[in-house]
Amino acid sequence: MSGNIQLLSDTLAAAKAEGRAALIAYLPAGFPTVDGGIEAIKAAFDGGADVVEVGLPHSDPVLDGPVIQTADDIALRGGVKIADVMRTVRETHAATGKPVLVMTYWNPIDRYGVERFTAELAEAGGAGCILPDLPVQEAGLWREHAEKHGLATVFVVAPSSKDARLAEITKVGTGFVYAASLMGVTGTRESVGAQAQDLVERTRATTDTPVCVGLGVSDARQAAEVARFADGVIVGSAFVKRMLDAPDDAAGVEAVRTLAGELAKGVRGQA
Amino acid sequence: MPSEFFIPDPDGQIPSPEGYFGAFGGKFIPEALVAAVDEVAVEYDKAKHDPEFARELDDLLVNYTGRPSAFTEVPRFAEHAGGARIFLKREDLNHTGSHKINNVLGQALLTKRMGKTRVIAETGAGQHGVATATACALFGLECTIYMGEIDTQRQALNVARMRMLGAEVIAVKSGSRTLKDAINEAFRDWVANVDRTHYLFGTVAGPHPFPAMVRDFHRVIGVEARRQILERAGRLPDAAIACVGGGSNAIGLFHAFIPDAGVRLIGCEPAGHGVETGEHAATLTAGEPGILHGSRSYVLQDEEGQITEPYSISAGLDYPGIGPEHSYLKDSGRGEYRAVTDDAAMQALRLLSRTEGIIPAIESAHALAGALEVGRELGKDGLIVVNLSGRGDKDMDTAARYFGLYDNGTDATVAANAADTAEIEGDAK
Repeated sequence: MSGNIQLLSDTLAAAKAEGRAALIAYLPAGFPTVDGGIEAIKAAFDGGADVVEVGLPHSDPVLDGPVIQTADDIALRGGVKIADVMRTVRETHAATGKPVLVMTYWNPIDRYGVERFTAELAEAGGAGCILPDLPVQEAGLWREHAEKHGLATVFVVAPSSKDARLAEITKVGTGFVYAASLMGVTGTRESVGAQAQDLVERTRATTDTPVCVGLGVSDARQAAEVARFADGVIVGSAFVKRMLDAPDDAAGVEAVRTLAGELAKGVRGQA
Repeated sequence: MPSEFFIPDPDGQIPSPEGYFGAFGGKFIPEALVAAVDEVAVEYDKAKHDPEFARELDDLLVNYTGRPSAFTEVPRFAEHAGGARIFLKREDLNHTGSHKINNVLGQALLTKRMGKTRVIAETGAGQHGVATATACALFGLECTIYMGEIDTQRQALNVARMRMLGAEVIAVKSGSRTLKDAINEAFRDWVANVDRTHYLFGTVAGPHPFPAMVRDFHRVIGVEARRQILERAGRLPDAAIACVGGGSNAIGLFHAFIPDAGVRLIGCEPAGHGVETGEHAATLTAGEPGILHGSRSYVLQDEEGQITEPYSISAGLDYPGIGPEHSYLKDSGRGEYRAVTDDAAMQALRLLSRTEGIIPAIESAHALAGALEVGRELGKDGLIVVNLSGRGDKDMDTAARYFGLYDNGTDATVAANAADTAEIEGDAK
């Protein structure tokens, strides 16, 4: 069974056809529980997310700030396994028909086995993966298997990436390009760096693949600002923070739905 | 004039240009760090071929660090090792008290060459942190040291030293609150501040070029030891022994001996409470290949690639990873790695103190415990070089608690001491 790379591309193209940016939400699997995480993702879609990235929690999330570290800790202490991540992808995709990707560090996949992981993710209806600590030079084996199973390989580009480097990355990346708005780890920020627009423009000069901006975007106003120059707006920590701050799991799910709704307006320029 | 103390690998074949030592190494880093890591590689390569860099570093290594380091035969200690002859490479006598300064001075010079004004580093036992804080004071660089909260407690003396030297010390409260987590936090800082910051990595792990570069800065240990053992014993040793956490002092000692097929290279990993208990940090003994902190190497992990929490009484060895070149040496069979428990290391620490008047770091005591074993295996004709990578001042609180030295000087203490002496004498027979 082939993965849903085409669904991802079609979804991003549809948003573009509507003259707006896509809204991409990140939520970790297993947080606060596996079933609770599934409900939160469904709520994000229900509120207006076009795409969801499911985090596969890792013991050593070196690119994540305190909010996602906390969620990963809770998920791992709850015993989340890769099988639970696959179930999260399967159930959320089946319930919504929308594209679901996995975002994680490389070691869990390396250890699990690249063929096994890509085959299972495709079978679960997954659309692809974002692997922020797997740079393009080390990604050969992953890309071979991802391609075989119809999964997108979304690479991250950073403000420090030089133009030649951007071209190397976008030449082999598929699905979309994840443009990091600033130099730093995940987390909410007061403002999205001015470097973001410059990076999107420099990236666009190398590819026709959609360019989506993540890191630091947390509210509708910022989403609207980013939506003016990017093909998609990625929000992670702000969702997780609302869940952490909620008095109980049900309220957390509602908070996700509400934020997704606000952000969905933002990407439509209605902040 | 060729450098006397900065002697990068003359062969230059390992690692590959992509940073691979066989199947291990590489560069598994976020895109945000690619430019900075590449810059380090380019600057290091330039520096390696620049006589001015070698001259500056040599000057520091001689007049600031105190190289060459002494080479001490320890016959009274060796009586407990089956009568083999044992020599210690005295990296503990370097300025700041460990081998760490060799690498730190090299990278500090590199930091200046790159025009960066701020240095960050991780530290476990605090020795790398102290060395880094020292170099930053010397060169006028801003300095932030990340240290696991547990380590700030068990190595409080070194925290005070770093602060005295003007460094900011940040206690890391995430994960296992030890060295691994300090590295995670340093990487997070680096990603955010990479423009003006150099991450002065303290061991032979991390992404390429760190494993090769840090090794090159420490190669002097083995180069000197090889010359010294030939002068003093008239032949090459049967074994070169070092403790292994990330592996920097071990690779420093081993590297110059790699072409000498008759010299066994033996790394001593921390077995903590015993490898069978699960409370250990014996990465090569009990780990599997994986990716941690930027390179592929052996890693302590579960079946799903989650890193497991290590344990060792020694903060400097309490790490679930290992430099990729050690993984390569293990798999190729050139290196041998064995695990040494907390108890064996602490007994060796006390034995060296009582027999030779040298108090070693708990890290280095793992190598000494290994030497006692290997000496007994070799018999009285054996000849061993041990890297005494650091001094034990920083560990006196841990040692005092372990051996009950904080008693009020009562008869009980004296009695205990008498028993200790009997035990040591008994061992010799």
